[in-house]
Amino acid sequence: MSTTDSVVTVGTELLADAVARQAVGVTQVDWRPPMEGTAADLAAVAADPLRAAANERAVAAMLEVTATLVDVLPASAALGLQTGQFLHAGPPITWDRASGPLRGGLMAGAALEGLVDDPEDAPALFESGSVSLEPCHHRSAVGPMAGVVTPSIWMFVLQDAASGRRTYCSLNEGLGKVLRYGAYSPEVLQRLRWMNGVLGPLLQQAVRRAGPVDVTGILTQMLQMGDEAHNRNRAGTLMLLRDLGPAMVTSGTDAADVAEALRFVGANDHFFLNLAMPACKLALDAARGIPGSTMVVAMARNGTDFGIQVAGTGDEWFTGPAQLADGLFLGSYTADDANPDIGDSAITETAGIGGFAMATAPAIVRLVGGSVPDALATTRRMHEITLAENPRWTVPVLDFQGTPTGIDVSRVCRTGILPQINTGMAGRVAGVGQVGAGLVTPPAEIFPAALRRLAELARDRAAVARG
Amino acid sequence: MSHFHVELRPGAYADSVALLQVSRSVQGIDGVLAAQVAMATPLNVDVLTQMGFAVPERATPNDMVVAVHLRDPARLDAAITGVDNALRDAGRRSEGATEVAAPRTTAAALRRDPGALTVVSVPGPHAMVEAMDAVESGSDVMIFSDNVPLDHEVALKRAAAERGVLVMGPDCGTAVVDGIGLGFANVVSPGPVGIVAASGTGCQQMLALLDHAGVGVSSALGVGGRDLSSTVRGLATREALRRLDADPGVELIVLISKPPAADVADEIADVAAGLATPVEFALLGPGRPDLTAAAEAVLRRLDREVPDWPAERPAGARDPGRGARLHGLFVGGTLKSEAALIAAETLGADHGHTFVDFGDDAYTAGRAHPMIDPTLRLEHLRRAAADPETAVILLDVVLGHGAEDDPASLLAPAVAASDRPVVVAVVGTATDPQHRDRQVRALVEAGAEVHLSDAGATRRAIELLGERA
Repeated sequence: MSTTDSVVTVGTELLADAVARQAVGVTQVDWRPPMEGTAADLAAVAADPLRAAANERAVAAMLEVTATLVDVLPASAALGLQTGQFLHAGPPITWDRASGPLRGGLMAGAALEGLVDDPEDAPALFESGSVSLEPCHHRSAVGPMAGVVTPSIWMFVLQDAASGRRTYCSLNEGLGKVLRYGAYSPEVLQRLRWMNGVLGPLLQQAVRRAGPVDVTGILTQMLQMGDEAHNRNRAGTLMLLRDLGPAMVTSGTDAADVAEALRFVGANDHFFLNLAMPACKLALDAARGIPGSTMVVAMARNGTDFGIQVAGTGDEWFTGPAQLADGLFLGSYTADDANPDIGDSAITETAGIGGFAMATAPAIVRLVGGSVPDALATTRRMHEITLAENPRWTVPVLDFQGTPTGIDVSRVCRTGILPQINTGMAGRVAGVGQVGAGLVTPPAEIFPAALRRLAELARDRAAVARG
Repeated sequence: MSHFHVELRPGAYADSVALLQVSRSVQGIDGVLAAQVAMATPLNVDVLTQMGFAVPERATPNDMVVAVHLRDPARLDAAITGVDNALRDAGRRSEGATEVAAPRTTAAALRRDPGALTVVSVPGPHAMVEAMDAVESGSDVMIFSDNVPLDHEVALKRAAAERGVLVMGPDCGTAVVDGIGLGFANVVSPGPVGIVAASGTGCQQMLALLDHAGVGVSSALGVGGRDLSSTVRGLATREALRRLDADPGVELIVLISKPPAADVADEIADVAAGLATPVEFALLGPGRPDLTAAAEAVLRRLDREVPDWPAERPAGARDPGRGARLHGLFVGGTLKSEAALIAAETLGADHGHTFVDFGDDAYTAGRAHPMIDPTLRLEHLRRAAADPETAVILLDVVLGHGAEDDPASLLAPAVAASDRPVVVAVVGTATDPQHRDRQVRALVEAGAEVHLSDAGATRRAIELLGERA
């Protein structure tokens, strides 16, 4: 028999003490009862003969993906988006349930596409039902905050080298009064037109000339440089400029336009976020549709609902009410001004960065309402609910431990530990823009709901197997 | 004017042993007449009701009940503060800012400590999920928990069989693996015997008898009482036999169990016949040898001398009086079954004799095992001692790691208070943490007759029954 020199105990401490008294090393699990009403489903899922291998496959598929930026295109060309088609962040929603910032973003989008002259006229258009709303996620895209995408908006195009699969995300507009936070004033539209007319084509030329940009590689480096790639992307943004800058300068574009583009990107600490997000989606999409897997492949919010999708449950969304973030506010804004959580950016946490990699980004812990010890504890706590460690994305201060990767619905229900998400806060009234930033978690009930479905599928398979 | 205070704390949770410690600590507060802090399982609500507390009907097993009987209602605040302090002290390690928090699942613990052996003792309905973590990471696992659903056991053991992992249990009270005692394990020297046991206290009886005879045990692998049923089909027994057969230190394997399902028995006999190591079957049942006889068979097979099993009598004999009943109050399930079998064989059909196993699932839902929490048995013992129908009381005291630190000190006053004969089987080894000799002495001084062999104790109790007036 194998030599045993240590024991893991879960349950009564007395048995742990009895082992410890025999001079054997003991790791005692801090066990507590699972989330209410989940015990039977947890057992059904644990007993599912597919689960262990399915989760290994899901993790491996996710980790194998390498994301490269291969092109920059308008959404019409990249996604085939037609006039009157609007993409938005989060699970599906209709105009009548849309929150202020999502409405504001849609109003800006309608004006940008020329469907209305004045954004204030747009609500009638959306109420009429003559235009369509669809989640970004349903088109292989992700959108930060409101996540509104219209045909003329330019998109980063990311590709997995091995499979050729692609994901998409719009270009980052900067902070403050911007479409993604629900602002639609003339300055917002003016900036979007400049991005469509100058920045998008210039980046397209640069990417095509400089060759594909290794986004996964930049993520690896930036995580070692103090970015968690959700609320802080400063190192990543500058590395992108390093890779694209020369080709931008020599593109033949007017020097003043190039200078303005370099200034705009360089001054925007969040610019790389819009590459981190589709890179994460590209990786997670590789794990979709694996029967038996309990791994979360998307977390997304539309400002009203928070939804998750799971590898073993196809394209089904499990939703609950989006929560209000806890954090710090800009200027004189208060919690009363904030809209519930919004955006597809929680795809970063789903992939194991952002809030999950807080320990690597001490420079921003105060911005999102925390302390350095909190940041270390957060990353460690997320390891309790994840299936693996990402060998590529490591955290120096945690002795280069890989970031916690692959949220397991079962472990969330077992521990009651909810994924920690770093987020910006949009004003609850359309048109306001950003009011703060902070920390938020999903509504707890969506994990038991997903677990219930996984358990149903497992029981159905067992019934078929029994004949 | 005494005061009964009951409050529910929904959502609070602590394990039954922690709550036992909390209850004891609160019982020690000045002005507290009685106190129970427990999860509101049906059993615990019964106990509380019998103690005079009115538990609200809305209480569910997920609620913690704080019940305090006070000499004076003015003492309430102090008592509740005592409860809160005790709960806090019984709680978990502090989670300081820089300190690494304890793992929250078995999977997380095994990620930190790969290759460790796992011991699961969470409440039964939750045990499989934790044990499956162990199986999936290739860690052998002992499941101490009882009340584990049968389908959970089957799923777990099938997964384990695919991976060559050993699942000991559920409801496995005792194991010795690589010299480490798990659960209620006795301290034994290594030696030529390997044990596979579908019975925890049966295993302990064998360990204690072999130890007294000077024969060591290399491993004792529990498989759980249902392993040889037609549903589980010996999945763990097969793996345990294979492990012991592969151990060059094992000269003889002893398989201890209640009689298996007939078809499973044939399959296991085939497995045993295919091993290089001989297997001695110690299967309890009507017409079969008791555990002491089985231990003697093992000794003979090893060419060892069979000793006289120790028995110590108190100074003054007690009179069984006119009562007709033998009350066997056990913490060991197998010891109880063995006693009941011997009584049935000797005395014939039921004559009102009772044999109760306080370790049975019915008595442990939401409570610690009686080897840890003697409350329920002590209550029955006092009742039996006061019953004029009682002729003889038969008890077991099981020693070893994990068991109560000083069980004799708790039993002795109740034994001394009885004027009927009390016969006790003290199952343990000389090197057990409770100091067997000290336990035996305390019980003998309280007036009990003490045996090492449960079968011996039972036969003696029956003999005393025959001497009644």
